[in-house]
Amino acid sequence: METLAQQKRRAPRRVLPGFGLTMGITVTYLTLLVLIPLSAVFIRSSGMGWGEFWSAITGRQVVASYKVTFGISFLAAVTNAFFGFIVAWILTRYRFPGRRIFDALVDLPFALPTAVAGIALTALYARSGWLGQFFYPLGIETAYSQVGIFIALTFIGLPFVVRTLQPVLEDLDTEVEEAGASLGAGRAKVFVQIILPALLPALLTGFALAFARAIGEYGSVIFISGNIPLRTEITPLVIVKFLENYQYPQATAVASVMLVASFLLLLVINLLQRWAEKNS
Amino acid sequence: MPVIASRTRTFVPPKSFRSITEAAPVRWTLILVGSAFLVLFLFMPLVAIFYEAFKKGTQLYLATFSDPYAIDAIKLTLTVAAISVPLNLLFGLAAAWAITKFTFRGKSLLVTVLDLPFAVSPVIAGLIFVLIFSTTHGWLAEPLKAWDLRIIFALPGIALATVFITLPFIARELIPVMQAQGRDEELAALTLGAGGWRTFFLVTLPNVKWGLFYGVVLCNARAMGEFGAVAVVSGNIKGRTSTMPLYIETLYMEYQSVSAFSLATVLSILALVTLLLKNFIEWRSAKDARH
Repeated sequence: METLAQQKRRAPRRVLPGFGLTMGITVTYLTLLVLIPLSAVFIRSSGMGWGEFWSAITGRQVVASYKVTFGISFLAAVTNAFFGFIVAWILTRYRFPGRRIFDALVDLPFALPTAVAGIALTALYARSGWLGQFFYPLGIETAYSQVGIFIALTFIGLPFVVRTLQPVLEDLDTEVEEAGASLGAGRAKVFVQIILPALLPALLTGFALAFARAIGEYGSVIFISGNIPLRTEITPLVIVKFLENYQYPQATAVASVMLVASFLLLLVINLLQRWAEKNS
Repeated sequence: MPVIASRTRTFVPPKSFRSITEAAPVRWTLILVGSAFLVLFLFMPLVAIFYEAFKKGTQLYLATFSDPYAIDAIKLTLTVAAISVPLNLLFGLAAAWAITKFTFRGKSLLVTVLDLPFAVSPVIAGLIFVLIFSTTHGWLAEPLKAWDLRIIFALPGIALATVFITLPFIARELIPVMQAQGRDEELAALTLGAGGWRTFFLVTLPNVKWGLFYGVVLCNARAMGEFGAVAVVSGNIKGRTSTMPLYIETLYMEYQSVSAFSLATVLSILALVTLLLKNFIEWRSAKDARH
C-alpha cells in the first residue's frame, strides 16, 4: 500500500487504478513464459565448448540449410514486395468486381493452420495437381523441390506487405499527386517521385516482416519441400531432426543462430517502423 | 469540390480527377495481375482443401469423423484451446491496461518482449520448453522425475507451447483499441465514484468489446492450428498427444489423403469464420466512426 501511495505522489498522471496489479501480471507472465524459456537456448549454448558449438552450427547439412532458408525466404519476400504492392494498390485505389472478397482473403495465410496450407499447396503443385500439371511439362518441378519451398514461403508472407502498405496508401494525401499533375508531371513521374518515396518505409517494413516470418516457417514448408538433405532442407527442419536423434546440444546451437537472426530482424523492423512513423 | 481527404477504404476518382489515376489499360493490367496472384496463392489452395476432402464422396468425408483417433485429436485440440485462450485473455487484458492507461519507463521494451513470440520460429518455441522440462535433458529433469511429472510428450507441454505461440494476439488487438479510447471515460467514471473494477467492467470493456472478441477468436484459431511448436513438444502419440494439425500430418503421411483433408476442412472453416469476423468488425467500427 505504501509503495502505491509513493508511486501516486511521484507520478501524478497515474490516476487510474490497477497499475501495480496489471503490471505485475504482465511482467510475471512474460518473464516466466517468454524471457526465461528463450534464455534457455543461450544458456545451454554457452554451456557448450566453443569448438563443439562452432562445429554444430557449421556442419555441412546445417550450412546448406541456412542457404536454402535465407536464400529462398529472401526471394519469396521480394516476390511478395512486388505483387503485394500491386495488390495493396488495386485494393485501395480501384473498384472492381470481387474486390471486397479479395481484400478479406488476404489474411488467409495468417488464419489458416500452416499444416493445412502445406498439404493444400502440395496437392496443387504436385505433378498431377491442378497447377503442377502445367509446370512439370516445362521441366519445372513445383513440388518436392526448392521451387516448392518458394511457393510455400510466398504464401505465408503474402499478408505482411499488403497489410503494411494498405493503411499508408489510404492515408496518402492525393493533393500532392494533384499538384504534381497540375504542374505538368506525367503519371509515371508522379509515381516515381511522389508516391514511391512516401511508400518506401512501409514497403521495406512489409518486406522485412515477410522475410522474418519466412525464415522461421516450418509447417507449410515440410510437406511441399520433400526434405532432401543438402538441397531442400530448411533450418527449422534440421533442428527438428537433431531433436529426433536426441542431439540436443546441436539442436540448441543451431536454434541460437536462428534466434540471433530473428532478433536482428526484429531490430531492423522496429527501426523501419520508426522511420515510417516519422515519414507519415 | 469533391471530398478526397476522407479516409474511405476505396478512393474512386471522379472524372475531373483523372490526372491522379492511371490510364485505363494500366489500371486493368494491374487489376488483372493482382487478382491473378491472389487467385493463384489464396483462392486455389482454399478450394483444393475442400475438393480433396470431398472428391471421393460425402460418405468418405464423414467417415473421418468417426475415426476414434480423429475424435481424440479434436478433443485434445479443444482442451488445449480451452487452457491457452483464457490464460492469454487474462494476460492480454492486463498487458493492454498497463500499456495504454499509464506512462512508465521501459514501455517500448515491454512491447518488444510482448512481440517476441511472433519473431521466433515455431520449432524454437517448442525447443525452449523441451530444454526446460524434458525428463532426459531438461533443466528440471531431476525434480520432474522425483515427483513423476510429465510435461514434455504430454498435455502440459502442448499447452505451454501453444500459450507461447498465441501469447501476443489478444494484447495486440486490444492495445490499439484502448489507445484510441484514451482515459477520459474511465477518469469520468472514477470521479463519479465508481470503483476500479466497476469502471473496468462497465466503461472499458463495452468500449473494446469488438477488438477483444476478434482477439479471442484469432487467438483461438491459432491455438487450434499450431503445428511446429506442438510437433516438437508432443511426441505425436496417436490418441494421446496428437492434436488436429498433428493428426492431419499423420494421416497425410500414411497416404490417407481424403481423411487428412477432411479434418483440414474443420480448421479451414475456423479460419474462414475468423476472416469473416474481422471484416464484420471492421465494418462495425467504420459504421460507429461515422456516427
